[in-house]
Amino acid sequence: MMLAAVISGFLVGGVAPWVIRYLGDSRGSLALAALPALLFVYFASFVSSVAGGETARMVTPWAPGLDLMLSFYVDGLSLSFALLISGIGTFIVIYAGSYLHDHPQLGRFYIYLLGFMASMLGLVLADNIITLFVFWELTSLTSFLLIGFNHEQEKSRKLAVQAMLVTVAGGLAMLAGLIMMAVVTGTFELSEMMAEPDVLKAHAHYTIITILILVGAFSKSAQAPLHFWLPNAMEAPTPVSAYLHSSTMVKAGVYLMARMHPGLGGTDFWIITLSLFGGVTMFLGVFLAIQQTEIKKVLAYSTVMALGTLTMLIGIGTDGALIAASVFLLAHAFYKAALFLIAGIIDHEAGTKDITKMGGLRHSMPITAAAATVAGFSLAGIPPFFGFLAKEMLLEATLDADLLALVLTLLAVGAGALVVAVAGIVVIRPFYGAKVETPKKPHEAPMAMLVGPLVLGLFGIGFGLMPGLAERTLVGATAAAMAGEPVDVTLYLWHGFNLALLLSVIAVAAGIFLFLNWNRVRARLEGVKAFSESYGPEAGYWRGLDLLNWVAFWQTRILQNGYMRYYLITIVMTMVVLTLYAMVTRATPQLATTLTGVQIYELAIALIIVLAAVFLGWTHSRLAAVASLGIVGFGVALVYVLFSAPDLGITQVLVETLTVLLLVLVLFRLPEFLDLSSNAVRLRDLGIGLLVGGTMTLLLLMIGDVQYFEPISWYFVENSYPIAQGRNIVNVILVDFRALDTLGEIYVLALAGIGVYAMIKLRSEDQSKGGPR
Amino acid sequence: MVSVALPILIPLVAGALSLAFWQSQIAQRWIAVIGTGLLLASTVYLLLQVQHEGFVVMHMGDWQGPFGIVLVADVLGAIMAVLAGITGFAVAIYSLGSMGDGHERFGYYPLLHLLLAGVCGAFLTGDIFNLYVWVEVLLVASFGLLILGGERAQMEGAIKYVALNLVSSLLLLTGVGLVYGMAGTLNMADLAYKFSQVEDTGMITVVAMLFLVSFAIKAAAFPLFFWLPASYHTPPVAVSALFAGLLTKVGVYALFRVFTLLFTQDVGLTHTIILWGAGFTMLTGVLGAAAQFEFRRILSFHIVSQIGYMIMGLALYTPLALIGGVFYIMHHIIVKANLFLVSGVAYILRGSYELKQLGGLYKSSPVLAMLFLVPAMSLAGMPPLSGFFAKFIIVRAAIEAESYWIVGVALLVGLLTLFSMVKIWTEAFWKPTPEGVAIIELPGMRRAMLYGPIMGMALMTLVIGLYAQPIYDLAEQSATQLMDPSLYIEAVLGDPASGLSPSERLIHDAAQAGEAAAGNGAAINGAAGNGMEGEAP
Repeated sequence: MMLAAVISGFLVGGVAPWVIRYLGDSRGSLALAALPALLFVYFASFVSSVAGGETARMVTPWAPGLDLMLSFYVDGLSLSFALLISGIGTFIVIYAGSYLHDHPQLGRFYIYLLGFMASMLGLVLADNIITLFVFWELTSLTSFLLIGFNHEQEKSRKLAVQAMLVTVAGGLAMLAGLIMMAVVTGTFELSEMMAEPDVLKAHAHYTIITILILVGAFSKSAQAPLHFWLPNAMEAPTPVSAYLHSSTMVKAGVYLMARMHPGLGGTDFWIITLSLFGGVTMFLGVFLAIQQTEIKKVLAYSTVMALGTLTMLIGIGTDGALIAASVFLLAHAFYKAALFLIAGIIDHEAGTKDITKMGGLRHSMPITAAAATVAGFSLAGIPPFFGFLAKEMLLEATLDADLLALVLTLLAVGAGALVVAVAGIVVIRPFYGAKVETPKKPHEAPMAMLVGPLVLGLFGIGFGLMPGLAERTLVGATAAAMAGEPVDVTLYLWHGFNLALLLSVIAVAAGIFLFLNWNRVRARLEGVKAFSESYGPEAGYWRGLDLLNWVAFWQTRILQNGYMRYYLITIVMTMVVLTLYAMVTRATPQLATTLTGVQIYELAIALIIVLAAVFLGWTHSRLAAVASLGIVGFGVALVYVLFSAPDLGITQVLVETLTVLLLVLVLFRLPEFLDLSSNAVRLRDLGIGLLVGGTMTLLLLMIGDVQYFEPISWYFVENSYPIAQGRNIVNVILVDFRALDTLGEIYVLALAGIGVYAMIKLRSEDQSKGGPR
Repeated sequence: MVSVALPILIPLVAGALSLAFWQSQIAQRWIAVIGTGLLLASTVYLLLQVQHEGFVVMHMGDWQGPFGIVLVADVLGAIMAVLAGITGFAVAIYSLGSMGDGHERFGYYPLLHLLLAGVCGAFLTGDIFNLYVWVEVLLVASFGLLILGGERAQMEGAIKYVALNLVSSLLLLTGVGLVYGMAGTLNMADLAYKFSQVEDTGMITVVAMLFLVSFAIKAAAFPLFFWLPASYHTPPVAVSALFAGLLTKVGVYALFRVFTLLFTQDVGLTHTIILWGAGFTMLTGVLGAAAQFEFRRILSFHIVSQIGYMIMGLALYTPLALIGGVFYIMHHIIVKANLFLVSGVAYILRGSYELKQLGGLYKSSPVLAMLFLVPAMSLAGMPPLSGFFAKFIIVRAAIEAESYWIVGVALLVGLLTLFSMVKIWTEAFWKPTPEGVAIIELPGMRRAMLYGPIMGMALMTLVIGLYAQPIYDLAEQSATQLMDPSLYIEAVLGDPASGLSPSERLIHDAAQAGEAAAGNGAAINGAAGNGMEGEAP
């Protein structure tokens, strides 16, 4: 059942184009939305038992030999995510049908979107780390296809690639970390790994494993300095931004850290790394947000802030921090998805994304304005909205942090002030104040696009006013899953007058001040923006790509240089080096150097061969070269004859005669001989030639006497006549004992014949037909 | 058992028949489909037989090994033969829709069959010299295919191809000669047995270097791969696909064979060299691909890079690593041949292999786009496709062997492979069709002949991923056999001592009897008896 629930997105996605084709865009998307809605209901059925502290695990073997199981694990953490994914997914699917109405590729869009949903569900529910990784990469892939949805624009393509490369690079590091975890713990199941938390922490590889896992998590969850891909991913259609790049996929890294917290968390290394990276990302994200004027970019950077916050809270790791993280997770998902959908409505109905070009939209789109206001208050952390609760708990958590409490609190207050300004920028500025002319005459959005923001806004109020609701359901179970043990949770909206509230008030006041002076602040920060554009991490990414291309060209020019002579030199030198190395280090030298028994005429033949070879390299006359080549060949034939292999000798003579004749025939058709090699080159070639020849000679001398076993040729001698009925043993070997070799060689000859014939004929036909090509 | 000979005989006969019907293109086309189809069927049958009954051995001409030539199918050999069958069949059908008229009239089909015969022969022979012969057959056949058409670029590529491959053959032949000098036999099982009896193995390791270099040239490993990127983008694409799938894999197979069966005396040296070669092969290949902007050139460099992963499996030389290597080979052949086939369709639709001239295929041919995406993402190791599992097993094996640097290389190269595949995707598929590029439509029948094989192979890629377990089991069976050479020796020779000369045999038997007597106090007649005892020459 769980397996079916997870993969249903792939299956339904696969038929989505036909659903759209037959039911039309609007009805088709409503029909498709039934899937996430049903999934939501299915996951909701787990809530009461999970809230009561139970967990469930379902296993289907996939490839057990690889330790790959389709095992799914339901606890507070995975269930919270699953509910968010399916719940928000429902609204996104409905919304997209309206947003991309009449788009020719809407069907393909749903393949990717539903495929993404399935992958994301698989990711958060997986218990087997390989299954988790499979789904992890699938979210990267579907995200790539969705960011590049407007594929005819170069920018979309480039930024889609960027998001993919950054997240996949992180994913691969994570894969190494995951496998190492499995090797250390002896299991591939997360629930079993986390059940014995000390195994990993005590292991010598703990630090490297943690780093690898964190690289994956940071890249996916856009932690500085890998944050840049996320705002760039806003090239995607807005429903995608709302779904993947604010409420679900980008939280996969956070999810992973939360999931690993019992097994890897709690060490100083973990606490410091996560709090610092998270804290800096939190501040940096929202600091960059107020420099933007495009509404989706502002929201995207504030998402970076939220991801940093979550990372920091998981890093701090106290019970309070983990509860804060659980609350923040929900709160953020509600208001941020809503705000993105609203940004899409503005773009769709008013025709612009530039905040400085909008204002007073509440008159023409009152419902949208109401939903936006609710979400905006929650974002700013104003009571009584859910976001307020989250912010109070965040500040309390930083104040109580075991390490770096002061730094983190300062960062949190700063971020808190800036986020209030952001809320003003994305809500007050477009909807309130004086009316501004927009490219399209604005009007209220259709119901399909409004339902998401409205419902999500209601959640924001509802959970804020009745925190017990969140408490009773999943916050406790989620925090417990992160902590690895039960956690006491009681949520109040009103925490009384304390330091956190004071800081919060200061932050809100500062935020309002910043918002009112937004134009001036932006102007002041122009320099910072320019600097980060030319020297920031994103500039690093582009430079890295350039460097990659440069290195690739450089090495390929050197290696695959197109010159046959260098190819040959490399190959023979590789052989020489390896052979000599093995000889020197591995073999006991025993050269067969005794010259006794060598006859004077044998020496003479050898001398002739050597002299002919030297002359061959020396002469400038082609004819002389061919002749001396012939001498070498015939010399070798003589050697064969002298060492009682007359048949080989005969063959050699025939081949040599033919070769020399052919060469002489070819000679007449060649252009004049030119001496193109410099003396240095000739010297180099001589050296290489001597080295290769020397190595071979040495090899033969060393191996000449090495005979560990008697050859099996005695068998041929004995059986050639009695069994094979032939007196000439060589013939019998060729046509009987080893006939298969001969068959092969016959085919070689036939093939050579076809090849040459086709080469000559086909070419001459072409020339007679179409002239030279 | 004749089933092991069929994958060689069928293409040999089909090739001869095609030659006989030189004048009739229709007949040759039918023979191509039927011949490769039968080849595929026979290889599948062989694999099933090997899986259920163990090694299939045939003593050619009824001359017992090690005296005659033996054909041997173990799981690895049978797997390779099946892959040759799949590639051959797919390429044959694809050729019907893509091969030019001139090529068909001038021996394309006979060359195709005989290439397959050479490939299967190399995979199934149990004799080191016979291996050399089959390698020659496939080399000459591939040379014929490479120059067919006689265009200038083809000639240039073919000359490099054949010259560098002849160096490889020369080294192989030298190695075979030296091995015969040392052990007096050519039968691989006999060699394995005899090498295992030698105490001072230094010289064997020296000779192993010749085999290493020779087969590494064939496999296109660093720094010996130059012939491949120089030539693979020049012939008609069906030929490229066939080469991409099979040729380098003969080299890889041979490395797997000899460096698990024959040359395991000094793993610390030989397999370490292979490991370094693997690392550099992966890296230089993938960087070479990054520097290319032509569909087939990119793919060609990726062959090199992927070879690195396969021999990495061999180099680590643990059971899991060998499983990974074999898995990788299975995955790679299907995926890489398929990508070439896709590039050919893109070429037909847009008239170019240059990424600059390509575009708009995602919009106009969504089916082709998906058919590219599956093998391309598989090549890049994206789960849950075949390439992911291949990479995962190898990486896991390397981590377990604590060779961390090669893990880093393997993962980095995976990322760069993705980079290349995404480059093709964005340029050829996503980018709008460049202005001035004519868009060509495919007629229905031709479309079926081109898309059929691509779909079939894409489906296999998916199935290998989604049902990885049976493929894993196959790879595991082959790895088990590779890790234990005595299984091979036993299967081929029965009594390993049968290759000894009568005099050696006497000594051997005496020693055996002595051991047995010392062991359990009973005299056991160690002679297994092939009628040779006492007949010393």
